[in-house]
Amino acid sequence: MFETNYDVVIIGAGPAGLAAAIEAKKVGTQKVLIVERDHALGGILQQCIHPGFGLHIFNEELTGPEYAYRFIGQIKPLGIDVLLNTMVLDIHSDDKRLYAVNRERGVCNIGYKSLVLAMGCRERTRGAIAIPGTRPAGIFTAGTAQRYINMQGYMVGREFVILGSGDIGMIMARRLTLEGAKVKAVVEIMPYLTGLTRNKVQCLDDFDIPLFLKHTITDIKGKNRVEKVTVAQVDDNLCPIKGTEWDIDCDTLLLSVGLIPENELSKKAQVKLDPITLGPIVKQRMETSIKNIYACGNVLHVNDLADNVTVESQIAGMYAGLNALGKEFKPRKVTECIPGEYIRYIVPQKLEVTEDRQDISLYFRVKEPARNVTLEISSKGETIARARRQKINPGEMEKMKIKADAIDKLGDELIVSVAEVKS
Amino acid sequence: MEIMDVVIIGAGAVGTAIARELSKYELNVLVVDKNEDVGGDASKSNSGIIHTGYDATPGTLESRLVVAANPMYDKLARELDVPFTRCGAILTAVSQEEYELLPELFRKSHENGVYDVEMLTAEQAKSLEPQISPEVKGGIYIPREGIIDPFTLVVAYAENAAMNGVKFMLSTKVIDIHLEDGRVSRVVTDIGEILTRFVINAAGLYTDEIAKMVNQCDFTVHPRKGQFYIMEKDIPYNIEKILLPVPTKHSKGKLASPTVHGNMLIGPTAEDLEDKEDYAVTAEGLEEIIESVRRLLPAASPKDSITQYCGLRPTKTPEGYKIEASEEVQGYIGVTGVRSTGVTASASIAGYVVDILADEGLELKPKVSFEPYRIGITKFNELSWKEKDELIRQNPFYGHVVCRCETVTEGQIIEAIQRPIGARSLDAIKRRLRPGTGRCQGGFCSPRIVEILARELNVPAETITKHRKGSEILTGPNRLGV
Repeated sequence: MFETNYDVVIIGAGPAGLAAAIEAKKVGTQKVLIVERDHALGGILQQCIHPGFGLHIFNEELTGPEYAYRFIGQIKPLGIDVLLNTMVLDIHSDDKRLYAVNRERGVCNIGYKSLVLAMGCRERTRGAIAIPGTRPAGIFTAGTAQRYINMQGYMVGREFVILGSGDIGMIMARRLTLEGAKVKAVVEIMPYLTGLTRNKVQCLDDFDIPLFLKHTITDIKGKNRVEKVTVAQVDDNLCPIKGTEWDIDCDTLLLSVGLIPENELSKKAQVKLDPITLGPIVKQRMETSIKNIYACGNVLHVNDLADNVTVESQIAGMYAGLNALGKEFKPRKVTECIPGEYIRYIVPQKLEVTEDRQDISLYFRVKEPARNVTLEISSKGETIARARRQKINPGEMEKMKIKADAIDKLGDELIVSVAEVKS
Repeated sequence: MEIMDVVIIGAGAVGTAIARELSKYELNVLVVDKNEDVGGDASKSNSGIIHTGYDATPGTLESRLVVAANPMYDKLARELDVPFTRCGAILTAVSQEEYELLPELFRKSHENGVYDVEMLTAEQAKSLEPQISPEVKGGIYIPREGIIDPFTLVVAYAENAAMNGVKFMLSTKVIDIHLEDGRVSRVVTDIGEILTRFVINAAGLYTDEIAKMVNQCDFTVHPRKGQFYIMEKDIPYNIEKILLPVPTKHSKGKLASPTVHGNMLIGPTAEDLEDKEDYAVTAEGLEEIIESVRRLLPAASPKDSITQYCGLRPTKTPEGYKIEASEEVQGYIGVTGVRSTGVTASASIAGYVVDILADEGLELKPKVSFEPYRIGITKFNELSWKEKDELIRQNPFYGHVVCRCETVTEGQIIEAIQRPIGARSLDAIKRRLRPGTGRCQGGFCSPRIVEILARELNVPAETITKHRKGSEILTGPNRLGV
């Protein structure tokens, strides 16, 4: 068995893992290792060949691979080690070791001082949403289809219907059209878009692809290959309305119905998970409930922008590095972040008030779309921060800052809420 | 041209069990099936419960064969390396009406020769299975009810038969059976003719169509659809015992069963259909399952489901097992009326059919070289770290984990493709090794498995199917080409 030890080990080489590794190294640690299951660095960015990355942190528009390369290019010069084609199978958080396998080294038993979980997320499936009908070929999650087309060089169908207005689905609608396929409809059960508005404009509207909000797919037909799907309008309880059904002939159904943080390994490490985000519960330094284990990116909560993932992961990497160097942050108090009305979740879920005070960013999602609102962070009845928004949307993550000098005002709880909803 | 002693039509649980039983003798045996893989129709969507026969209709052939088969599974599962657990079942009465039916069912169990059943009080039922409904009034414990991996069982029967000399022709549809002097002589298929002395009709849903070819069809077969939910592994209400409903005048009810792989199964519906290929799950069916099973297991929730499927039970009219040699057509043996109990009864049907063949004049000379043991595909996940390490050093393909949800390696997938009844499609790989049965439902692994299948079979990736011709995954290269 191959045994080795590192200061910081990062699981996953997507945008989260890459940014975390770079920051972990930059704070002065000696040995940093990235363990990646795929044959190359970059994670899902490898197959995201569309532009739209980097607007926030590089002020320019990059494709996924270009964005990834901004980080990949630093890995070797910084002396960060990489194990590719390597699957982590278990984490023993008691003795701070993980077990992984690859072709060349067999079982790798790797010790760490700090571990960063950056495994990303997976796509929700047909089974998870129980679409009735047959089980023929021609049903793909949007990301799987994206891999076949953009990385393996194949087409997966000719006439498509896409269920879900998530970002990958909309981006694939455009991609498929450019490949010569016909995208007949994008169907969304909610009364609003679940992805970014900019993707609707650039990927659907510009290509005359119809979007049906408040509709769902109630049946899939076809014995060998998908032949048609039945679309129906839904009522306010999201139940299909009888009599509104119609069939669309197609040979392929793509699903873009949500992403789920991939936390099987976190569970093995006994990290506590948030029942709403389905990712680890973290404090502002991205430390999980288990000491020495950090988490960032889509394993923590599903982000809409890679840029956000990068920023969050830089924090995780930096503190994972400092932790490996022996730096401790003794909390004087812990504040729980409580989602108020209209707020679905907040990350980080807990804040530690320590001697070292930095601005803290809170990331959260709202439950429903609204216009002209004020977002508010309050604690002990006192306003800590406020921000105005022309519109808020569940599909677009919100961010608010708590200034370093306001941290002492925090009580045992803080509440994020949508205040003064103006009509 | 070689003359077969026996041609078995149908490679489901029953056909492959008969094949394995016949492979114990010096015979030329051939199994023909229209599907790309063994276990292609009813057997692949079975609940995987190994019944005791406690509730069969006493005195019937079905009762006799199911009751006889159950005790055979300890040895069979060991010989064939098939996951099997005698988990036990609780017949669960949750209403007064159901409770009052228990003594009658207890007596019926005895009449079927199943004497090791026990009456349970509500408290005893709760302590045997803590997840059981608090409304439970009492029950009957059936300790020998078990669960098996039905896919592996069929593959194992087939592989062991093949190891012992049985030939298989898959993707081969029987079109006609020709007679000579009142005796079967030739089986005509879509790819050629086979000369044979005996024909066994084990075609399940299609036994009527095969029987018509020899004018021996005095029955009809229609599918009875059974829909199921499969649940995620880590739900807080997982059960260890099978929970069976008490059938009443109004409803047969739905059951909840653990599976050998840890995913609970709930269902099935019972819907009589015409179309023998109607494998569609319906919203109404799924709703009915949840509503019904919640009486036994109140926590059951569709949101914990990982997927849903349905199976088609071959339902004969008139109902009942009928396994016999034709009096009019020499050499033709019909195995008809075998329904959802067929996976269980396959073990005993095999011996029953061999006796019929002997009565009909087939000479049975034991094969000295018969090897009863089959070693399954390497169970990577069950190995220790040291064993995993050694295996990867011998063959690096075991170091490449292709399916993360179920921890399946490329080495195992190559094994599945290269074994005697080799996997040829994504579904065939899934049934043997479970990639695609986990939470991501193949999202991560399927592009990788398509490439491995194409490479190992030396065919273009575009020809790789989900389950049979016409179900190709890919439609061609993209604009830049591969």
